[in-house]
Amino acid sequence: MAINRQFKERWMRRFFFVIASTSIFILLLIMIFLFAEGLPIFKKVSLTDFIFGKYWYPTSEPPEFGIFPLIAASISVTVLSAVISIPLGVMTAIYLAEIAAFKVREIVKPMVELLAAIPSVVIGFFGMVIVSPFLQDMFDVATGLNLFNAALMLGFMSVPTICSISEDAVSSVPRAMKEASFALGATHFETIFKVVLPASLSGITTSIILGMSRAIGETMVVLMVAGGAAMIPLSIFDPVRPMPASIAAEMAEAPFRGDHYYALFATGVVLFCFTLMFNIIADHIAYKYKQTGDSTL
Amino acid sequence: MTKTDVKKPITEQLALPHIKYRKFKQTIFFALFRFAALINGTALAIILFFLLKNGYKAINWTFLTQPPIDSMTKGGILPCIVGTLYLSLGAIAISLPIGIASAIYLNEYAGSGRVLRIIRLGINNLAGVPSVVFGLFGLAFFVIYLKMGVSILAGALTLGLLSLPVIIGATEEALKTVPETYREASLGLGATKLQTIFRVVLPCAMPGILTGAILGISRAAGETAPIMFTAAVFFTPDLPSSIFDEIMALPYHIYVLSTAGTEIEATRPLQYGTSLVLIVLVFGMNLAAILLRARLRKRMHI
Repeated sequence: MAINRQFKERWMRRFFFVIASTSIFILLLIMIFLFAEGLPIFKKVSLTDFIFGKYWYPTSEPPEFGIFPLIAASISVTVLSAVISIPLGVMTAIYLAEIAAFKVREIVKPMVELLAAIPSVVIGFFGMVIVSPFLQDMFDVATGLNLFNAALMLGFMSVPTICSISEDAVSSVPRAMKEASFALGATHFETIFKVVLPASLSGITTSIILGMSRAIGETMVVLMVAGGAAMIPLSIFDPVRPMPASIAAEMAEAPFRGDHYYALFATGVVLFCFTLMFNIIADHIAYKYKQTGDSTL
Repeated sequence: MTKTDVKKPITEQLALPHIKYRKFKQTIFFALFRFAALINGTALAIILFFLLKNGYKAINWTFLTQPPIDSMTKGGILPCIVGTLYLSLGAIAISLPIGIASAIYLNEYAGSGRVLRIIRLGINNLAGVPSVVFGLFGLAFFVIYLKMGVSILAGALTLGLLSLPVIIGATEEALKTVPETYREASLGLGATKLQTIFRVVLPCAMPGILTGAILGISRAAGETAPIMFTAAVFFTPDLPSSIFDEIMALPYHIYVLSTAGTEIEATRPLQYGTSLVLIVLVFGMNLAAILLRARLRKRMHI
């Protein structure tokens, strides 16, 4: 009986291990299928022409498959949204972890979580019907569906990511470090700025990278709000067409396994590589500069 | 040295010259931090306000229980509600068992070696894959390669993979809150590791796992991009009869009505109404999860 039990234990351990590896297996599967459906486009266009080509006219004759305008749009939207979300997210995190009274925190924290829970399509819809006309009037621009609007919406979508991870990092700075700072006569603000923030910098950096990764991969918002013009943006009020928007908008019309279809999958590969890079950097920082205290990072 | 100076602690004496300026700086910055938190709250309030203000009129019994009519310009959204329920429940049915088993391995079995590091890297990266890429993958793998076609099954599988990291994360958190002494007591009584996990650890962690499951469902219910190519269609008049049917879903319905319809302005009330229904659904689940967690935390403190 004891042998039987040991046998079962060992096999269950293996079983759990196999299940736990599913995530990696799925990740690999995603890569394989993206590449399998995306690579054929490079029989028609060279890799350099595809990535640095300035014209995205997939349906004209002859078609042009240059995704540089899409990449430029994705990057500019993400960077602009980070300008909004980083200060907001980090400052809210500090407020929640260091300043807010317990009762206030119990209300504000769920609010940030609810902000994260709003479906992206609803944010996109909101940006389209409420924010867009407002921007059009306020800045007197041709269309309210533009880079700025998309960045604004994405900014508020990545605030919760940045805020919750940063808050975890800030609040897990050991109490003793803060007490030492107070004992030396530092004010609360000085303690936050010169002790707590440096100690939690790796966590905060990770949160920022993950927030930006979320912004660059977000689809519905940029699909509905960014304006959809595949050109390199010259001003923040230009309409743009970031990579996810292009994929989502055109996939339905692209002929099955035609060049356009392959090109969209190849765009997906590029997008996937961007987020993979962001996530690996974030992971690297979180491990290499593992912070003191009991942060979950 | 005067008498008054001696009474004050040395630190305060040294700090005195700048203390007013330093306190002032603190006040300014703390106000700024507070303001940042306020902006987030305001953003949430503004979104909710406009959706409620414009959406509540559209919602009535007919809207919730009838299919769309007159090429989607009138009628209700019943097929979308049903579709979203099918998709998110299907997704959770797939991701919950895999997620719980993964978390059990990570928290109960794995040491801290290289294998664990790689598995974690995999999970973190899976969590970071853009939703539209999940959609592409679902199209290439489930719809085309496995020949499922555009169907509930393909959509639920895609959404299931997408919500897997959420479930794993939440379950792991829940397992971590089970005190080590419980495990030791069980092992001390002669139970095997497996018995300990199934009879002691999992029951204790169950409420936390449920919280994670609710959050997973709400995440799956709100996603649009993954189902665009795998499950959702413009319009089907009938409710689905098998898992190989294509269906309508709330998020996709909002997108279609607000961008692709021929009468975008005329259907605006329907768009607001659908958004409101979706957000009530998602927020309801999230609030349930938040309350459940708060109750748990209270119980843990006692």
